[in-house]
Amino acid sequence: MSRNDWPLWEVFIRSRSGLHHKHAGSLHAPDVEMAISNARDVYTRRNEGVSIWVVESKYIHATTPGEKEELFDSAEDKVYRHPTFYDIPDEVGHM
Amino acid sequence: MESKQALFNYALRLGDNALILGHRLSEWCGHGPELEEDIALINVSLDLLGHSRSLLTYTGEVEGKGRGEDDLAYTRLEREYTNALICELPNGHFGDTMARQFLVDVFNQLLFTELVNSKDERIAAIAAKAIKEINYHVRHSSDWVLRLGDGTEESHNRMQQSFDSIWEFTGDLFVQNEFDQWAVANGIGPDLNVLHQAWKTKVAQVLTEATLKMPQEGWMQHGSKTGTHTEYFGFLLAELQYMQRAMPGCEW
Repeated sequence: MSRNDWPLWEVFIRSRSGLHHKHAGSLHAPDVEMAISNARDVYTRRNEGVSIWVVESKYIHATTPGEKEELFDSAEDKVYRHPTFYDIPDEVGHM
Repeated sequence: MESKQALFNYALRLGDNALILGHRLSEWCGHGPELEEDIALINVSLDLLGHSRSLLTYTGEVEGKGRGEDDLAYTRLEREYTNALICELPNGHFGDTMARQFLVDVFNQLLFTELVNSKDERIAAIAAKAIKEINYHVRHSSDWVLRLGDGTEESHNRMQQSFDSIWEFTGDLFVQNEFDQWAVANGIGPDLNVLHQAWKTKVAQVLTEATLKMPQEGWMQHGSKTGTHTEYFGFLLAELQYMQRAMPGCEW
């Protein structure tokens, strides 16, 4: 099996308990076990993570840059949708 | 036997095994079959280097003559190294490296699991830290043995060949000399004969799952415990020691 046959995977790392998984990058691997192993070796070697998700890139569906105006621009002038008008108590932790 | 001398030799060998196998693996840096696997191999190499640093530092302290990790790692002569012969064998192809790595990883896993309970507190502490990494090493190398053994006809045959040709170097890991007997008698380390049986069981289990045959028992190489090495070792040391020999005492 050559490199070209290995599917691409997207890697998501949770850096600490309570935080969300965040997209860390991508890699090639022949199957899910090795994708997780590779993700561990490539993306958590500097103590970045406590949990790993991988998903084959082909299963991710995305918006295209051309749709930016119709999808996102209308939110620009609606500042009242941001919960920035009150303080979050420290005890709440990560939101 | 004087226990200081025995402890020195016991810890030295643990450190040498990690140093030499780690160095061999580091030769893959930039040459791994895949970018991801290249990084994985070097992670393992760095783990081993970390183990050897802790162990050789301790060895130097036990000796009490002011030798540090660098002095022990870089300025001894060939015959003064006591690493197992299997650690110094050339990398060969990726399957050869994985066969070697798997056999030593399983050995290390069984050994360090026991060393966690060593009566020597320092060895126990180093082992407690190292065993977590070693458990991952076993996972990584046995995964490849399974994939290549139970892969294509080509990969299966080459993996079988790798195990068959390296097998004669496995006996050397379990030769029990006076320092091992001292370690057993004083609760410092495990009985290598017992370890050997557990090792065979685990190796056979993975090889069977990988559709590979356990190699035939036959004549075994030995010599590492008296400082007799393979012909490859001098070349390895030449590279490993180059910097300290060219610039004695150089530090990063």
